[in-house]
Amino acid sequence: MSAPNSNNHDGVGVEVRGLRKGFNGQEVLKGLNFKVQPGEIFVIMGPSGSGKSVLLKQIIGLDLPDEGEILINGESIQSPDVMEKYRMAMVFQSGALLNSLTVAENVGLYLAEHRLKPPEEIEHIVSRNLEIVGLKGTEEKMPSELSGGMKKRVAIARALIVEPQLILYDEPTSELDPMSAAVIGEEILKLNKRTQVTSIVVSHDRELAFGVADRIAVIIDGNIVAVGTPDEVKNNRAETVQKFLHADIKRPTEG
Amino acid sequence: MFENIGEMLVLFWRTVMALPMTWRQRHKVFEQFFEIGNASLLMVCILSFFIGGETALQTGPFLAERSFGGYLGGIVGYSVCRELAPILMAILIAGRIGSAMAAEIGSMRVYQEIDALRTMNINPIHYLILPRMVAIAIALPLLVLFAILVGWMGGAVVSAANNRIDIPIQAFFKNLQEVVQFRDVGNGLFKSFCFALIIGIVSCHQGLVTIGGPRGIGRSVTKAVVNSIVLIIIFDYILTRVMLK
Repeated sequence: MSAPNSNNHDGVGVEVRGLRKGFNGQEVLKGLNFKVQPGEIFVIMGPSGSGKSVLLKQIIGLDLPDEGEILINGESIQSPDVMEKYRMAMVFQSGALLNSLTVAENVGLYLAEHRLKPPEEIEHIVSRNLEIVGLKGTEEKMPSELSGGMKKRVAIARALIVEPQLILYDEPTSELDPMSAAVIGEEILKLNKRTQVTSIVVSHDRELAFGVADRIAVIIDGNIVAVGTPDEVKNNRAETVQKFLHADIKRPTEG
Repeated sequence: MFENIGEMLVLFWRTVMALPMTWRQRHKVFEQFFEIGNASLLMVCILSFFIGGETALQTGPFLAERSFGGYLGGIVGYSVCRELAPILMAILIAGRIGSAMAAEIGSMRVYQEIDALRTMNINPIHYLILPRMVAIAIALPLLVLFAILVGWMGGAVVSAANNRIDIPIQAFFKNLQEVVQFRDVGNGLFKSFCFALIIGIVSCHQGLVTIGGPRGIGRSVTKAVVNSIVLIIIFDYILTRVMLK
């Protein structure tokens, strides 16, 4: 990845072309095609097991597709210098904080490991980033001392340290209470407004999706069944889309 | 099985290639080194004292009855430094440190911490594997050297204290000095260095290939310990055969 504080702060465009991925002979992603514009918040919704997290792993290069390609500003993610050229970060579902490190060490890990800044400056940047996500004063805490929501906010602070041009969120509000989920939603919006970062959010949280998205894609059973603005998706007449968007618990009838 | 061996060899090669990064990771190497020492020193001390003592107890009365008691120091010294200390310490470390390595790396894998490192362009081999491999490759030979000395002490104490053996400590060490050469201690240390590499690679590999939740981590830990011990015993035979006088 290029060093933070370089002159290029704009979000990147992402294009997914004919993406297929399977595991043990079962196809999880069945030829996905979509484009994400620079600076856009693009939410991918879908039921559990529909391949959303697998898709994110392909986009950030943690896993390779069986077929198709992913382009970042027109360059294939598989070409050797793309990961170096563009700054990308991912906020994992569990936060994925390193349990043996303090909050400050987790947030500053990227800068410290790549020796991009002197320790005093890293300390300053870490404090600033923790302040952005409303967690100033937690520097010396261990991840085990944090609540689920706090862990995710630390993970966002860790992602911010890269000064990303593309940030991927994997189920950022899962396992959170509605208030913490709302805070995470606000963080995503604030960050996008402040830095114009391109954000791809994977979630099955309808409130988050319709609250933050510029555009939404609904992925069901490995296929994209709807793409559009929140209003367009809400008004989409396809049965699978409506069924997913309006799934509610049905009480068993008495007697 | 062959796939696993292949993956372990690739991991070993990548770790060797990463060796120039050791100085950069020195804090983590020290951290791991002290953790290994801290977790094992007392156990090594107790175990090796009794290994030496038991070897003396098994062979001492037999030799003393046949007026060969004077050779006991050499027999205990030779067997402890060439065979018993390296292999038993390696098994102890496989159980105590190998299991911890597999569990820690396995849990990092399951809870996506390793994926998080990769998204930050941090190579898990540099960050996780290299410090552990270097630390165990230094720590195990040192622990074995310590175990050899304590084992000899154990043998000497039992030889002097047991009525059926009754060899004075000075006589025990005099014979040990005549029989055991630096080369024998060196052989034991070389073996332990090889065993350290086996424990490190097997445990780190098992950690990295962990899948599933806590049950998967448990499975990896068991595999790491069992596979390490099996490989240690096989390699012990091969190394002994190669290094025979």
